[in-house]
Amino acid sequence: MEFFRRDFLREMFIKPTNLIDTNKGKEYYDQLYKKAEERLNWLKSQKPVREDDIKFDEYLSMWDISRRDFFKWVSMMTATLMLPPSFEPLVAQAAEVMNRVPVIWINIQDCDGNTEALIRSSAPTVDELILDYLSIEYQETLMAAAGDQAEKCLEDAVKTFKGQYLLFVEGSIPVKMEYAFTTGRHPETGVQRVRRLAKDAKAVIAVGACASFGGVPAAYPNPTGAVGVMDVVSGVPVVNIPACPANPVNIVGVIMHYVLTGSLPELDSLKRPKFAFGYRIHDNCERRAHFDAGEFVEEWGDEGAKNNFCLYKMGCKGPFTFNNCSIVRYNDGTNWPIGVGRGCIGCSEPNFWDKYATERPVAASDIRPPAIGGVESTVDRVGLTILTATAIGIGAHAVMSALAGKKETITSNKEE
Amino acid sequence: MSKRLVVDPITRIEGHLRIEVVLDENNRIVDAYSSSTMWRGIETILKGRDARDCGLIAMRICGVCTGVHYWTSIKAVEHALGITPPTNARLVRNLIEGSLYIHDHVVHFYHLHALDWVDIVSALKADPYKAAKEAENYSENPWYNSPTQYKAIQERLKKFVESGRLGPFANAYWGNKSYKFTPEQNLIATAHYLEALEAQRWMAQMMAIYGGKNPHPQSIVVGGVTCVQDIKNPARAALFKELLLKSRDFVLRAYIPDIIMAGQVYKDEALNGVGAGLGNYLVYGDFPLDDNPHYKAKLLFSSGIVVNKDLTKVIPFDQSKVTEDVTHSWYKYENTDKPLHPFDGQTNPNYTGFDENGLLKVNEKYSWIKSPIYDDIRVEVGPLARMIVGYASGNERIKNYVDKALKVAGLPLQALFSTVGRTAARAIETWMISDVMIEWIDQLASNAAKGNLDTWTKFDYDKLTKGKELKGYGLTEAPRGALGHWVRIVDGKVANYQAVVPSTWNAGPRDYKGRMGAYESSLVSNITLSNPDQPLEILRTVHSFDPCIACAVHVLDTKGREIAQYKIDPISGGMCYV
Repeated sequence: MEFFRRDFLREMFIKPTNLIDTNKGKEYYDQLYKKAEERLNWLKSQKPVREDDIKFDEYLSMWDISRRDFFKWVSMMTATLMLPPSFEPLVAQAAEVMNRVPVIWINIQDCDGNTEALIRSSAPTVDELILDYLSIEYQETLMAAAGDQAEKCLEDAVKTFKGQYLLFVEGSIPVKMEYAFTTGRHPETGVQRVRRLAKDAKAVIAVGACASFGGVPAAYPNPTGAVGVMDVVSGVPVVNIPACPANPVNIVGVIMHYVLTGSLPELDSLKRPKFAFGYRIHDNCERRAHFDAGEFVEEWGDEGAKNNFCLYKMGCKGPFTFNNCSIVRYNDGTNWPIGVGRGCIGCSEPNFWDKYATERPVAASDIRPPAIGGVESTVDRVGLTILTATAIGIGAHAVMSALAGKKETITSNKEE
Repeated sequence: MSKRLVVDPITRIEGHLRIEVVLDENNRIVDAYSSSTMWRGIETILKGRDARDCGLIAMRICGVCTGVHYWTSIKAVEHALGITPPTNARLVRNLIEGSLYIHDHVVHFYHLHALDWVDIVSALKADPYKAAKEAENYSENPWYNSPTQYKAIQERLKKFVESGRLGPFANAYWGNKSYKFTPEQNLIATAHYLEALEAQRWMAQMMAIYGGKNPHPQSIVVGGVTCVQDIKNPARAALFKELLLKSRDFVLRAYIPDIIMAGQVYKDEALNGVGAGLGNYLVYGDFPLDDNPHYKAKLLFSSGIVVNKDLTKVIPFDQSKVTEDVTHSWYKYENTDKPLHPFDGQTNPNYTGFDENGLLKVNEKYSWIKSPIYDDIRVEVGPLARMIVGYASGNERIKNYVDKALKVAGLPLQALFSTVGRTAARAIETWMISDVMIEWIDQLASNAAKGNLDTWTKFDYDKLTKGKELKGYGLTEAPRGALGHWVRIVDGKVANYQAVVPSTWNAGPRDYKGRMGAYESSLVSNITLSNPDQPLEILRTVHSFDPCIACAVHVLDTKGREIAQYKIDPISGGMCYV
C-alpha cells in the first residue's frame, strides 16, 4: 500500500505543507495596495458609526498608548496577515477607520470561551482599543442592558446597519432539537436567530470550533444535532475561525483584513482564512528538530519531557492540524499546548473530538479514520484522509516496533 | 393587581438565562422563576470514551470558569483508579486554579456585575479632584488615583454619551433610583472597570504559564501535569510571581476598596437582608494543602453544610446525600419520580415549552436545569457559602480575612446574608487566594531548585481497568461554588458520567416539594423595583451569584428518544460516522 512505504511517510511528515503562498509577486501586491488605498479613502469619506466620534490620536492618548506601541502592533498584524511590510501604513490607517464597521455578536450553543479569549486579546492594548473602537452593537456577555432593552439594541442595530454589519456567531446551532436553544421574550430558536440576522449581514464570521464545525456539542453521538454556521446559512459569505477557543489574533486579523480590503481574506476549502490556517502546527513547531531526530517523549514527565522532545507519541496531532499557534501562541505569546508539554489536540479541525483529542497517536487510540469522501477529503492538496491514513502507518509502525521491543524511529533524509 | 415581568436574555452572564418574576402593586417581588433555555448534552458525549480523554471534553462545558470541569473530571478518574498525583502536580494545579479564581472574580465584579451598582452616566458630573480624595477613604494607596487620570476617563465617557451611541453601554438603566453612589464614587468605579480590562490579562497569562493557554488550559493529565519544562525553568516561576504580585496589587488597591465602598453605600440593603435567599450553604471543599490521597488532605476551603444561617453548627458533607430532582425540569425519570443520586442519574429530555402567552408554565416544567437537593435541603453554593461554612467551621484563615474585611467596612457579620454580602464574599476570597498563592509558587520554585521535578504518578491504565468496574467522583470548588463529577468506568470506558455544577445548585427551579432554588429564593427576599420597566434590582441579585448557565445545563441521555437511536459501540468509543 502506497501510504505505508517508509519514504512516502517520511516525505509526508518532513515536507512543509505551505498551502499559502507567502510571496505572491510584486504585481499582485501592487494591485492589492491600490485596492486597499481606494477602499480606505472611501471609508474615510463615510461617517463613523458613532457620530462625532473622537479622533484616533485622542483615543490612543486616552488609553495611554504610545504611537510606538501602536506601530509595533501594526507590524505584528501586517505579518500575521502575511502582507509585505510596505502595507504597514495602510494597516495603521485601517485601524483608524475601524469605527465604520458595526458588529453584532451572538451566542448560541456556546461556552463563552471565544468571548473570553477576545477580551484577553494580545498586548499591546491596541487590540482592546481596536475592539472598543469597532462598534460592537450587541454582545450579550459584556453589554449593560438586559431583557427587552437588550433586544432593542439588537433590533436597532439590524435596522440601522442593514447590509453593513459583520455578524459574529459563537457556539453551534442545534438543528435536530431546535428547542435546545431559545432566547428572547418571544422565544426564538438558534436556527431562526442565525438565519434572521445573517440575512442582512455583510458577512458572517463563525468564531471557534463550535460555530465553525459543530465542536463539542456535535461530538458523537451529537445529541442535539448541532452543526456549524455554514450548514444553516446560505447566500452570505461565511468565514470560519476555528480552534477551541479561536485565537484572538486571528479574530482581529479577519476584521483588519476586511477593513483594509473590503473583502474577506483568502479561504481554504473549509472556509478558514489561509493567513492563519495555511500551514500545519507541525511545520513551524519549536520541537520539530526533535521529531526529525527521532527523539520522542515516551511518558509524561520523563527525561524527554524535561528536554522538550517531540510529543508525537504522546498523541500530539500537530502533523494533522492547520493553525498558526506555533507562531503566535496564546495570551500574548505566553505559552501554548505544545510548549506546556501536552501536545496538540487538533482543535481547529472538523470532528477533532472524535478523531484527535486523545493522549495517544491516531493508530493507538480506539478511533477509526473517517470514511474517505467526507469533508476532510476536500482539504487543499493535503487530504486529511491521507494524513490520517499516514498516521495509521506511522502509528502502527511505532506500535509494532514497540511490541517487538525495538525502538525504531523516523530519521530525516540525509542530503544526497 | 400583580403582574408578571420577563427578563430574557439576562446579559453579562455565561450562557442563556430567563427570569420571570411576579410583582405586587408596590412593585415588590413576590414570586420568581429561573429558567435556562440552552442545552448541549455533554455527558452523553462522554459516554463510551476512554476515561483519560474526558477532562478536555468536560472542560468545554464552560469557557468562563475555564478549567474547573477539566481538573474535576481528572480528579474523578484519579479517584476511581486510586492515583495520587505528586507534590509538584498538586502545586501546579492549585496555582492554575488560583489564577482562575483571581481572574474570574475580578472579571465578574467589574465587567459582569459592576454596572448593576455603578451609574457610568452619573460619573460625568463628578469632580475629578474630589474623586481622588474620595478614593482615599477606602484605600491608603488607591489604584492609579490622580485627578488627571479621572479627567481623561470622563472625557472619554463624555464622547460616548454625547454621540448617543453607547455601544455596550446602550439602553441600560442609567439614572435609575436604586443607583446610590455619588458621581465621584461612580467615577472611581468606572475608572477601575476600564483598568480591570488590562489587569485581567495578567491573570489570564498566569494560567497560561503552567496551563498552556487561557481559556481552556491543557497541561493536566490523569496522574499529574505535563508542564515539567515550565517547572524546571526558573524564569517561568519568576514571571508567574511577578504577574501574581501585580494582580494582587490590583485586588488590594482597587477591588477590595470598591467593595468596601459599596458595602458602606448599600449598607441598609445588606442589613435588611435584601437578596438573602435560602440561608442554607453547602461547600465540598477544595485546594489540598498536603499530599494525602484525594479527600484525605487538609483543605484551604473547609467542606460542610450550614443550615438556616446558624453558624454554631456545621454538618459534615457526605457525597451520597447529593440528589437531583426533575419535577419542574424538562426531563423525565424512568421508573421513579424520586430525586436520584448522580451515580444513578438519568436525563431523558421531555420538553414541554412555553404557554400560549409565551410565558413559563410555572406549575409544570419550565427549565433545562434540574433541582439538586442535599439530604432534603435546598442549598446555595459559592463564595458566600465558602466564607460562611469556613467561618462556622473555625477555619482560622477564612475567619481572619472575613473579620478584617467586615471591620474595615464597619459592618456586622449578618450583613453577609444579602446580595451585597454575596458580592463581598467573592472579593474577600480573592484577597485570601492571592495571598496563599505566593506560598505555593515559592514552594514550587524551591522544589525545582532542589532538583525535584516529579510531575506524574506512573500507572498502567489497561491493567487497572481491564475487566473491572470502577467508580469515582471529583469534588472541587469552582469560583461559582461546589462542583462534582461522578464517573463509572467499565473496562476502561466511561459507562456513566454525571456532573452536578454550581449553577445547577443555584439556578435550579422548584423541587418536588415546591421549594425554591437559590436564585428564586433570593429574588423574593425583600426586593422592590424602583422602576418596573427596568429590571435593575433583579439583575443585581441574580448577578451576585455569577451565573454560569452553560455549566448548569449539560446533560442528556439519548435513551428512549425518537430523535435518533444511537448505539454506543464500546469498541470504537466516539465515531462520528455511524
